[in-house]
Amino acid sequence: MDVVLLSRLQFAATTMFHFLFVPLTLGLSILVAWMETRYARTGDEVYLRMTKFWGKIFLINFAVGVVTGITLEFQFGTNWSQYSAYVGDIFGSLLAIEATAAFFLESTFIGIWIFGWKRLSAKAHAAVMWMVAIAGNVSAIWILIANAWMQHPVGYTLRESFGGQRAEITDFMAVITQKFAWLTIMHTLAASIVLACFFVMGISAWHLLKKQHEEVFTRSFRMALVPGLIFSIFVAVQGDFHAVDVAHSQPAKMAAMEFHWETQPNAPSYIFAWPDPEAEKNSIEIGKIPGMLSFLIHHDFSTPVIGLKDIPKDERPPIALVGMAFRVMVGLGAYFIIACSIGWFFRKKLQEKPWYLKMMLWSIPLPYIATQAGWIVTEVGRQPWIVYGLMKTSDAVSPVSTGQVGASLVGFIVVYGLLGLAGFTMIAKKAMKGPDLPEETKA
Amino acid sequence: MELQVIWFFLWGLLWAAYFMTDGFDLGVGALYPFLGRDETDKRKMINAIGPLWDGNEVWLITAGGVTFAAFPLVYATMFSSLYTPLMFILFGLIIRGVSFEFRGLSENRLWKKTWDICIFVGSVTPALLFGVAFANIFMGIPIDGKGIFHGNLFTLLNPYGIMGGLLFLLLFMHHGALWLCIRTKEGLQERSIHTAKVLWPVMLVVLAVFVISSWFYTDLYANYLVTPLLFAVPLLAVVAFAGSRIFLAKEKFFPAWGMSSAGIVATTFFGIIGLFPNLFPSSLSPEYSLNIMNSSSSPLTLTIMLWVVVIIVPLVIAYQSWAYYMFRFKVEEEDFTY
Ligand code: HDD
Ligand code: HEM
Ligand code: HEM
Repeated sequence: MDVVLLSRLQFAATTMFHFLFVPLTLGLSILVAWMETRYARTGDEVYLRMTKFWGKIFLINFAVGVVTGITLEFQFGTNWSQYSAYVGDIFGSLLAIEATAAFFLESTFIGIWIFGWKRLSAKAHAAVMWMVAIAGNVSAIWILIANAWMQHPVGYTLRESFGGQRAEITDFMAVITQKFAWLTIMHTLAASIVLACFFVMGISAWHLLKKQHEEVFTRSFRMALVPGLIFSIFVAVQGDFHAVDVAHSQPAKMAAMEFHWETQPNAPSYIFAWPDPEAEKNSIEIGKIPGMLSFLIHHDFSTPVIGLKDIPKDERPPIALVGMAFRVMVGLGAYFIIACSIGWFFRKKLQEKPWYLKMMLWSIPLPYIATQAGWIVTEVGRQPWIVYGLMKTSDAVSPVSTGQVGASLVGFIVVYGLLGLAGFTMIAKKAMKGPDLPEETKA
Repeated sequence: MELQVIWFFLWGLLWAAYFMTDGFDLGVGALYPFLGRDETDKRKMINAIGPLWDGNEVWLITAGGVTFAAFPLVYATMFSSLYTPLMFILFGLIIRGVSFEFRGLSENRLWKKTWDICIFVGSVTPALLFGVAFANIFMGIPIDGKGIFHGNLFTLLNPYGIMGGLLFLLLFMHHGALWLCIRTKEGLQERSIHTAKVLWPVMLVVLAVFVISSWFYTDLYANYLVTPLLFAVPLLAVVAFAGSRIFLAKEKFFPAWGMSSAGIVATTFFGIIGLFPNLFPSSLSPEYSLNIMNSSSSPLTLTIMLWVVVIIVPLVIAYQSWAYYMFRFKVEEEDFTY
């Protein structure tokens, strides 16, 4: 194995692990802030118990998210130093702004929230949670702007400097306002809310099935159901817009997502396919819908869509992985809408539908799978480029040894493996224990 | 040119802010097995830093981010050439960061013991290795013209590097002991006072040896010889640490801690000033050194980032000060959150 492959594996493992925890932080922080606001407004103890219960789960999840984030901040320099030198002028600033504008706020206020129960009024304490929720989402916005620039670089020029070429910023506003970034931001933040809502509904369903703490968990379930439904629909609709944009800015990724070889009008979509990259065709094609791809991208059946054959062989991403991941995400997206719609019909009599509650319990992992799949589409679909059209991943790597990267990769697998195990076990334990009883709950 | 100079000192300031803030909670972690004799004391120590350590650690993320933004070549070269020590620092910070939250989640003895070890190891490792790394930077790192590192972890573990590590560890432990004096009472506080008093002379001796041997191992003094007025900075460090000891004797713990903070900042700046205009000197040839001229971002980026820092960092300082102020009280058992 060479350094490039090891570094890619390490980057993939560490970001994917970080993103197991991040979406719950983003979505649940909003739900907890909302619960606490209700408590501050009404003084209703049930909301306080909800805040404390979901808040504790939030904190366990948050702890793992924070520590795994630091790795990523360092990793551009440790493993992708050529990349860092090439794009630091633009990409580095976005990361630095993320830290100063969002991380400080988030981590200072979470400390105040955890330890400030007795020092602040109920209203002020709820406001602190809103700060945490806003800061977390703002941090996501900045990191996604940085990522979007790698996907679709704008507002820069290439200049000779210090004996090498690099990208330098010419238009900062173009970087932070570009369409690609805001599509990514909306999609990711909405997906995070969907994930958090399914998480809350799933755990609530478990307690409702056991017929315990029914007040807390019927309210929690209903509170998550509405945003769950709205944002499931939003993610799917907005995802279509996103796909259209990807088709224009990264035709190779779109062709891989759709197993699409020949540039042709009336381009088809497949429900399922499997590529044969050697023969440059699909070995399996199931559920062909003629013209669908042309229609989705151009809103017109006759406009041609660029196929993989028109993309140089060494600029094609791994097709099977990208295409499969895309199908998993979209399929699950459809399921989320259905699952929430059913819940909407039964919202007044959830306890009478144990099969539905069981279904929602077993749905907890699905948004995790969907978000990971989405990122595989995004990141693997960008290959072989690290910055689309500008720099290849293989030119980006640090001049370090395979031994070093191999050792750190093993270290991450072991440490993260244990961390993930401990984290999810603790979350499950807390979740199953349920909220404190009314008499144990102190403001 | 001026922009680069401003950024050089902001860069130094951010690292100094990191050592000053995270320094005391890393120090508390390093003292943890020694001062935390029973479960109550252990929890008091954790709760004493609990609300603040995460916010402190962001100074590190910002220092790293700003290095990336303002001096991308330094970020790239520094982080890749110091790959192995940085990975150890990372793993340390990772296991330590989750410990505070995880430790209290189960009453199982083995579980608690595991996280106790993680707190200690995860605090000592970064404290030591940051010292080793910065001492080596002061000395020069064996990088060639392409920024490729010619050495390994053991190249960095030379006598001067190890001394730097020891110095940082002592500075942080002393700083941490003073923080515990502020936030605890009775037995734990008495032991913290005693610890700070015992660490103080050791720390000063190591500091003196480090400052003197810098004359032999590094070029740090070149700038001082040109502008002798700069000697005020190391002098300030000595004065600050002396002041810290005097306040400690008077049991005025907050000023004592403040003086220790000033001492850490001045000590960091002793090195930063000596480095100028280099950020990452090469020990192979001065030509290969990365300095403010040959490694900075474009003037536009430096300007944008300057605005960001000038607007946001004062806000950060304001709300972090509020948090420090809110959590200045003595930790009681009924306040336990972790
Ligand atoms: C709950 C999770 C979830 C669901 C149900 C969907 N997505 Fe998604 N998708 C994500 C979660 C996600 C994500 C958060 O994982 C990604 C990765 C990058 C991004 O912007 O969001 C993503 C990426 C992503 C991309 C790649 C963008 C790029 O390359 O930058 C496309 C084209 C879509 N999505 C399209 C869709 C469509 C058409 C959906 C229809 C149902 C859909 N997504 C549902
Ligand atoms: C959190 C969600 C994310 C996930 C799950 C994710 C996943 C991945 C995966 C699977 C790869 C490996 C692709 C390959 O080599 O085939 C990768 C590479 C990479 N990603 Fe991401 N990514 C995420 C977000 C980001 C963000 C926000 C950034 C930048 C700000 C980023 C920057 C990179 C870089 C620099 C690489 C390495 C170079 C490369 O392989 O192209 N990623 N990521
Ligand atoms: C889609 C991609 C990403 C999103 C939405 C995201 C968002 C977040 C959020 C909300 C947090 C707060 C803690 C948590 O909830 O886990 C966090 C932590 C962190 N993330 Fe990410 N992140 C992403 C990828 C990355 C990448 C690629 C980096 C590398 C630069 C990074 C660096 C960090 C750091 C350093 C922290 C710790 C902050 C602290 O100490 O408070 N993240 N991230």
